Parts: sequence; structure tokens; C-alpha cells
Amino acid sequence: MTLRTDLQLIAGWIAPGAHVLDLGCGDGALLAHLRDAKGCRGYGVDIADDNVLAAVRKRVNVIQADLESGLRMFEDDQFDTVVLSQTLQAMRHAEDILREMARVGREGIVSFPNFGYWRHAVSLLAGRMPVTPQIPYQWYDTPNIHLCTLKDFEILAAKLGLRITARAVLADGRPVTVLPSLRATLAVYRFETR
Amino acid sequence: MVVKPGSVGIVTPQAMHFAEPLRLASGASIGDYTLMVETYGELAADRSNAVLVCHALNASHHVAGVYADQPRNVGWWDNMVGPGKPVDTNRFFVVGVNNLGSCFGSTGPMSINPATGRPYGASFPVVTVEDWVNAQARVADRLGIDRWAAVMGGSLGGMQALSWTIQYPERIAHCVAIATTPKLSAQNIAFNEVARTAIRSDPDFHGGDYYAYGVVPKRGLRVARMIGHITYLSGDDMAEKFGRSMRADDYQFHYDVEFEVESYLRYQGDKFSEYFDANTYLLITRALDYFDPARATGGDLKRALAPARAKFFLASFTTDWRFSPARSREIVEALVANDRDVVYAEIDAPHGHDAFLLDDARYHNVVRAYFEGIAEDCAARRPAEAGA
Repeated sequence: MTLRTDLQLIAGWIAPGAHVLDLGCGDGALLAHLRDAKGCRGYGVDIADDNVLAAVRKRVNVIQADLESGLRMFEDDQFDTVVLSQTLQAMRHAEDILREMARVGREGIVSFPNFGYWRHAVSLLAGRMPVTPQIPYQWYDTPNIHLCTLKDFEILAAKLGLRITARAVLADGRPVTVLPSLRATLAVYRFETR
Repeated sequence: MVVKPGSVGIVTPQAMHFAEPLRLASGASIGDYTLMVETYGELAADRSNAVLVCHALNASHHVAGVYADQPRNVGWWDNMVGPGKPVDTNRFFVVGVNNLGSCFGSTGPMSINPATGRPYGASFPVVTVEDWVNAQARVADRLGIDRWAAVMGGSLGGMQALSWTIQYPERIAHCVAIATTPKLSAQNIAFNEVARTAIRSDPDFHGGDYYAYGVVPKRGLRVARMIGHITYLSGDDMAEKFGRSMRADDYQFHYDVEFEVESYLRYQGDKFSEYFDANTYLLITRALDYFDPARATGGDLKRALAPARAKFFLASFTTDWRFSPARSREIVEALVANDRDVVYAEIDAPHGHDAFLLDDARYHNVVRAYFEGIAEDCAARRPAEAGA
């Protein structure tokens, strides 16, 4: 089974044998891949019943919990890497979860849809909230309540003392080098928390 | 008799006698005791597929199936254990044990004390969850099981599964603990004390030696069961089941049954008082009260669970206010801090504590998926020549 492009990229940034916490782990694909390909250990957290079931079927350690109530279950500095993939934009307490990631992990990896993507701007200029394959929701029923641009995220990271060490930007699954803040549909950041 | 598909069918309990005294946490010991045991499925040649199912307050070794002479007496976790069920008896050899001090054939307060020739009654020693686990370990020895593929239980049964991982870390591969807690809260102990007070204050209790008088403190047992039953259900569940439904069309202005919920509680209480032993109720609720593995480590559950080597599956139910999800999360937190493998499912079910006994697809699917993993582990540990 092939891993989603952004998860492949994330996996590439995680050291063999690392202790990993995957927040919003979905069906556990990333953790299963990290276990099988890199000998990593760790836990996934997800709120949805079907995701928990799918993760159990992949023999992944999964904890059913709401990330909004924080990461109280985990101790300071417990993980080498904490991953939050395509979840930040849907979180009510977006700033808090980043702080919590910094508390429990030495390194963080965050991915999110880039609201600065040019098609979004075009849609706004035409007077409508954007609806694209990356954020395929109408404004009134979207789970994505905290959309941001690359620059927005970088400013928040700086405010929280997260030191960005790598950034990858993808457009429809392919890396983007020219005009990333306009052309990227998805951004992936790697940062140190100390 | 027609056996339902998915049922283990007709089962026969066996009585295991143990001559060697078992030393108890209290310092007392009990010798010459019997434990009732039922098994389902086949023990693999390499004995790797054994699952112990631990019972809670009022259940027994009769986990699944029916008895030939009692076709309606279905095992208490029959929806969980059987061929093709989440704990699949086509794959696993499942063992149910009636705990020491219970009243379904194992030695308990109603049994004859060989030293006196009379029922133990009030003199039966207080036993703990740890004592039960030690007794279960002897059953495992007797069956030739060095290591359980899993020890499983809900509520008080989950406490036993948890305790196995601390007491016999090398003898349990997976701990499956559902709707349980690392220790009772003050509120929980308070409910138990109300139940015990109801029993002790029944004039037929006779200080626990009622057997000699040919009576049973049924009134006390009834109240104990009624209060217990209320705490096993959620408020929403009761509202849905009964609401304010009444027997008559209008108030009758008396104190007999007016509301359906009263009728239900009286029925449950009556039924319970017909089959359950009052001393056993005291004994088991006290075992519940005492369970607190972190007591030995200054209240630190992480340190208490440090010896555990098992992999863990925990589940709780959102409307369970007796053993709430927060209590299961405490266990998960301690396990994660110890870097143990753990799966935790928090199931949004309306049925309160009782949910662990009910057939809910989300709950059963995730247990089934976890046991498929246990079966894979069993196969992986099996030597190649024994495979297939």
C-alpha cells in the first residue's frame, strides 16, 4: 500500500528507531510505515471510531482521545518527534496544540493546507470562499476553522519559540520550488522545540 | 436442543481441587479449596492460544454457552466469546474461573469449612484481587498454560487482568481491561458500603452465619442489588428505558409500585436475592474497595505498572460514571509513561457501566480487531514446525 505523499515526506524526516507521537493519526498508516520501514515506536491519537478501528487493524498503538483537551496523557520530552498532519487547521486550540507538541517532543512536524494557494486568492477576488480539493468544504460546514498561509505559520512558530529546520511545499503531491507561498497546496514544516 | 450459530453450545464446568494452602494478602491462608472452571475451544499443541476471562461482581466461570440441563442459562459474556465472536473460540482456548469466595461452586463463605464441618460464613477470609490472580495462576499451572495469550475482563474483571501484568509479567502477553479503574473512588466505595450496610442490617444476616438459621438476608441483598444496578446504568439510559412510565393511568396514592423503574429494580433485586450469596457480596465488594496497585508505590501508578511486560488494550464507555473514562485514561497514561504498547478505545455508548456486557458494534469490532492481532502474535511465537 502506498503512503500519502505528505506522509512519505514526513516519514523521510523521522530518524530510524525514533519514538513518535502521531496526533490525528487517522488509520495509522504513518506509524505502521515507520514501524515496518524504520523500526520506530510510538502512539497515535485519534478521535474517530473508524480511524481507531483501522489503526488497531494495522497493529498500531492508538489512543482514542480529543486533541482539543491537550496532551495531558503524555510526559514532558517523551517523544523524539511529534507529528500533526493536516489537523492543525481544524483545531479550535491551534496555538495550544503547538505548545503541547513542544512540551512532549523534541521535534515537531506539522502539515496543513496552504490558504495562500493562488486559486484560493482567485476565488476570494471573485467574491467567494474557496472550495478546492485541498479544502473541499463550504464555509458554513467546514471543519477547517484555522486556515493559514506559510508566512502566518512561520510567524506563529517564531512566537512560540519553535525553530523551523525544514520546510517542504507540495502542489497536488509534487514538490514546489518556484513561488511556493502561492503555488503550494500543502505545507509541511519540521521544527525543533528547544 | 438447537445450538445457536456463534454459540460454543453445550458446556460442562469442571471442579478443580487444590489441596495446597493458598496464602492470602490478609496473612490468612486457605487450604483444600475448589474452583469451578469452564473452557471453550481447543488448547493449541504449543499452549500458546489460551485466554483467561475474569468475572466481575455477580458473574462466574460460566462465560459462554449453555448447560445441557439449563438451556436458558447462557454464559454472561456469550456475545463476546464463541466461534466467530470477537474472542473467537475457533482460534482461542478460553478459560473462565469462578473466583475464590464467590458462590457458584467455588469455595466461598457458603462452603463447608473442613475444620469445623460447618459453613465458613463470617469466618471466610477476606480475599483480594491479588489473591484471585494467584489462585488463577494455579489454574493455569493445572491446565499447563505457562503464559496466557490474553487475560481479559471488564470492571472488577479488568482489575484482575491489570493485576496479572504486575504479579505475573512473564505469564501474560496481552491485557484486555474494559471499563475498569486503577482504584475505586470514594464515591464508589460509598456505594459499596451502602450495599453492605443493607445486607448487614437485615435481621436475617445473623452476623454472616445465617446458613445455620436456614434463612437468607434477602431484603438486604435486594437493596444491595438495587443500588448497584442504578450505578451500572446511565441517567439517560434509565430515562429512555423507563422515563416516568407508570403501571396505572394515574397516581394511586400508595407506596407500592407506581413507576416502571420501581418495578424493574424490585424485579432485579428479587432475582438477585434468589441466587446470590450475601457474604459473597460483602467479600467481592471489599475486594473491589481494596484494589489499588499503586498503594505499594506511594500512589504512583506508573511505578506500580513498571514491572508489566504485556501489551494492553483498554476500553471505556462515555456514559459510565461508575468506572468513568477518566479512570481508564489514568491507566493509559501510566502505561504510556512506561513505554508499553497500548490501545485505548473510548466508546460513545449510552448504557453506562453495563455497556461492557452489551453488544455494541463499535465496541465489539475494535475488540475483535485487537484479538486478531493477538492471534497473529500467537502464530508468530509458534515454532515453524508446529505451524499450519
